Amino acid sequence: MIELALNIALTLVGLATALTFWRLLRGPSAPDRILALDTLYINTIALLVLLGIVLGNNIYFEAALLIALMGFVGTIALCKYLLRGDIIE
Amino acid sequence: MLDIIISILILIGAGFTFVGSLGLARLKDFYTRLHGPTKATTLGVGSLLIASALYFSHTGPGISLHEVLITLFLFITAPVSAHLLAKAALHLRLHSQAPVPEEDKVGNRD
Repeated sequence: MIELALNIALTLVGLATALTFWRLLRGPSAPDRILALDTLYINTIALLVLLGIVLGNNIYFEAALLIALMGFVGTIALCKYLLRGDIIE
Repeated sequence: MLDIIISILILIGAGFTFVGSLGLARLKDFYTRLHGPTKATTLGVGSLLIASALYFSHTGPGISLHEVLITLFLFITAPVSAHLLAKAALHLRLHSQAPVPEEDKVGNRD
């Protein structure tokens, strides 16, 4: 039961990551690409959580937490750069 | 019973993550595209993390609380980054599908 749900979920999140990557490559403007990067790290968190359930290992949550922290800081830095032309004034 | 609940939560989470990314890839302009992934974050990853917390509380020695940290962090940061992205897009005057309101058109101003 859980194995089937995990397989379906891994396929769906993998497809979602592919779609996000397509938007990252294509995206006509810079905020589109930043939004795609933001979504990409959130999809990666979802993949890591699913991988943790599949392998039955608790260690992947620390990696997911680190990715969440770094991704947020990256998004904020890129947005500040677009808004002000500088990151730390 | 718990297996069924965990499976349903995993499917809901993965489905919403997929729909969010589909919206990001398919919608027409940036301001509509901003909608999709924000919902994917809150509902999709949120229910995946609840499913994971249930699973590891069921199999592990005690209650698993790592997931609550990630959920809290994501729920706090997702609106902030969406707000800053919208601000950056407005600053760059990106094209929007929505028509300009009458009173804001050039030449119609007092």
